[in-house]
Amino acid sequence: MIKQPSLAHVLQPKWRTALQRLREERAKGGSGKLIILILVGGAFWAGVFGVLYLILRNLRKVEELGPLIPGKILGLILLSFISILVLSNVITALSSFFLAKDLDLLVSSPVDWLRLYLAKLGETLLHSSWMVALMVVPILAAYGIVYRGGVLFALYAILAIVPMLILPAVVGCAVTLVLVNIFPARRTRDLLSIIALGAAAGVILLFRVIRPEQLARPEGFRNLLDFLILLRGPTSPFLPSEWASQAIMGFLQNKPDALPLVLLWTTAAAFVTLGAVLHRALYAQGFTKAQEGAERFIRGGLWRWTVGSLLAWLPVAKREFVLKDIKLFFRDTTQWSQLILLAVLVVVYLFNIQALPLHRGEPVGFFYVNLVSFLNLGLAGFVLASIAARFIFPAVSLEGRQMWLLRSSPLDLRALLWSKYWVGTLPLLALGLLLTGMTNALLEVSTFMMVMSLATMAALTLAIAAMALAFGTLYPQFETENAAQIPTSFGGLVFMMATIALLAGVIVSLWQAVYTYVRAVYDGRPVVIDWWMFLWFAVAAALCTAATIVPLRMALRKMETFEF
Amino acid sequence: MIRLENLTKLYGSFVAVDDISLHVPRGVLYGCLGPNGAGKTTTLRMIAGILRPTQGRVLLGGDDIHVNPLAAKMRLGFIPDRPFVYDKLTGAEFLRFVAGLYGQEGDSVERRIAELLEVFELTSWKDELIEAYSHGMRQKLIISSALIHRPECIVVDEPMVGLDPKAARLLKDIFRQFVERGGTVLMSTHTLEVAEAMCDQIAIMQHGKIVAAGTVSDVRRQHQAGDASLEELFLKLTGGAQVRELAEVLGGRVA
Repeated sequence: MIKQPSLAHVLQPKWRTALQRLREERAKGGSGKLIILILVGGAFWAGVFGVLYLILRNLRKVEELGPLIPGKILGLILLSFISILVLSNVITALSSFFLAKDLDLLVSSPVDWLRLYLAKLGETLLHSSWMVALMVVPILAAYGIVYRGGVLFALYAILAIVPMLILPAVVGCAVTLVLVNIFPARRTRDLLSIIALGAAAGVILLFRVIRPEQLARPEGFRNLLDFLILLRGPTSPFLPSEWASQAIMGFLQNKPDALPLVLLWTTAAAFVTLGAVLHRALYAQGFTKAQEGAERFIRGGLWRWTVGSLLAWLPVAKREFVLKDIKLFFRDTTQWSQLILLAVLVVVYLFNIQALPLHRGEPVGFFYVNLVSFLNLGLAGFVLASIAARFIFPAVSLEGRQMWLLRSSPLDLRALLWSKYWVGTLPLLALGLLLTGMTNALLEVSTFMMVMSLATMAALTLAIAAMALAFGTLYPQFETENAAQIPTSFGGLVFMMATIALLAGVIVSLWQAVYTYVRAVYDGRPVVIDWWMFLWFAVAAALCTAATIVPLRMALRKMETFEF
Repeated sequence: MIRLENLTKLYGSFVAVDDISLHVPRGVLYGCLGPNGAGKTTTLRMIAGILRPTQGRVLLGGDDIHVNPLAAKMRLGFIPDRPFVYDKLTGAEFLRFVAGLYGQEGDSVERRIAELLEVFELTSWKDELIEAYSHGMRQKLIISSALIHRPECIVVDEPMVGLDPKAARLLKDIFRQFVERGGTVLMSTHTLEVAEAMCDQIAIMQHGKIVAAGTVSDVRRQHQAGDASLEELFLKLTGGAQVRELAEVLGGRVA
């Protein structure tokens, strides 16, 4: 019998790599980075904690509903976390069990199946659950403080939450295992990204269409008794989120009940055992299938005749580069499938604008319409920044492994940057103008506001795209193969912060001009475009121009120093 | 054709390439030999314009790769040791893309693509995504891409890695014909038999320096190695004693 390595030993390369990364960050002077991360994370935590604390404190004062609603809210939060965790574990398990680079070594070495399963389960759990685990902290802290749970509550909460994280990990790994045995791993990845995003998009759409804001209207409740009965019953008695919520609320309301905790831990243990049995039966076959490539013959002629013909006026290097980027995007399911989510978000955005009760009377309506139209610039700018972070920010990083080819060829780096910039900017510009134009049309704004909004949105889009490309170049992630992970890096965070600063600057500048216009119309005076308005329009234009040109220049300079 | 002048590359305080100078004339197949970590790949990547030298310069046909990069790179075909290419393009699309980077398009490119795919037996794979290619097929595709614009010189890092014997033989023939027509090849290799059989001249690198250069006979003469084989010469210049110790350790273990 060969002595088996410990689980910690099997996972050694992973944690050693993580430690080494931390050391490298520190050596590179990562304290500034750490401070920014702590500040942003702290602000987010404080925000979540603050909102929930206020809600819970107010609810505690309500006689009948007070004790019921917090438990219900916690149950719903944990239920939504579990749904996210299952999806996230399914996708992560595919990488860690079937596509990871260390698998050849592990599978070919005499490590037994159980250790491999537990090590990879642990890795999957950690990768897919850390964000949810961090999110739970301020939420449970708010509960603990409002209900005065004390220090012991922290330990008790960990005891209730840990099995709730284990269960979706086991389920996610098992689902992936079965799927890989049915489809090749690469197909499964394509399939999963579409399913995951389709599901997320469906939930968002459903949530919006049922108009949850109507529930807040008192006239919406026809029968309070029915509502109370609904609240007293468990939402989903067979789900671990309900058990965790019962365990936590029982502790906080001084009605401790061991059953939910026992249920959580015994179910987790049973699931891990069942998962291991399934792994033993199916993993070897699945792993073999995962090595199969997705055989697909592609006739690229369509792209050449359509997009290629449209771009015929470009020099050949730029044209081929743009064509290449478009083909890569639409052939990678993990990339284009995100457009599904994007389309739904746009629909929801416009739906929200249409649902605003603005046109109820003059002249207040006029003021609010213009205010909403104006603030919409900031909101749409933020939406565009998020999209740019996802699609334009990773553009240079994704060239990483192929950079040998681009650097050894006579391709001018300016042409590379130009292609990346316009491939990202044009769709973003179309979306930005569509969002602004349609929103303003729904709001029935004046021609002045329409022209001003469209011009501002065009200038903002050019700047946002330039900043996304530049920050992606300044903080490249050449080793990351998954494009979706790149925007969540530190560089992505800095980009979002810089974009928010730009949006704030432009909006504050424009407000001076817009206020003069709104005031004049409100007072019934003729609108005169004077030097004051002109000055602030010029300031906003200068901000956008600088935010376009300076980052692109910086990106070009940085790109010239890239070494591989 | 390829001229290196006092080329130095530092990574922090580590000297990867230490003040080397080399001239590879037209019509010569030049081999760069050396143990792992000797600085061969770093040197080739500096020649290809991927790495910037800390000091010194690289001239390709008279053009400095960093002062006049576009003109210098037009003359060059670079074949790296690791075949990273765009997985979601087909073989034919990849070659068309690379031709575009060199400003070439049209029927002549299409004919050249067909010709190269035929030579490397990739024609039946041309419309398949590269993600389905084996390591050797990717390597063949990259070699094709380096030849697509008819370069004047080829810089190639470990050309035989991943190739089957037939493709390896084909590559040797291609390189030989290429230099006979006046082209220049600078290649790094660990395979001493390949270097001995193919190269007109060699340079042996150790710790970032060139410790010997010239024809194999020149190197033998310089180091008074009599009629020693290239392998013996290599081991003598790069620490053969360690290899003997290693052989003893391995021999002891097997015994």
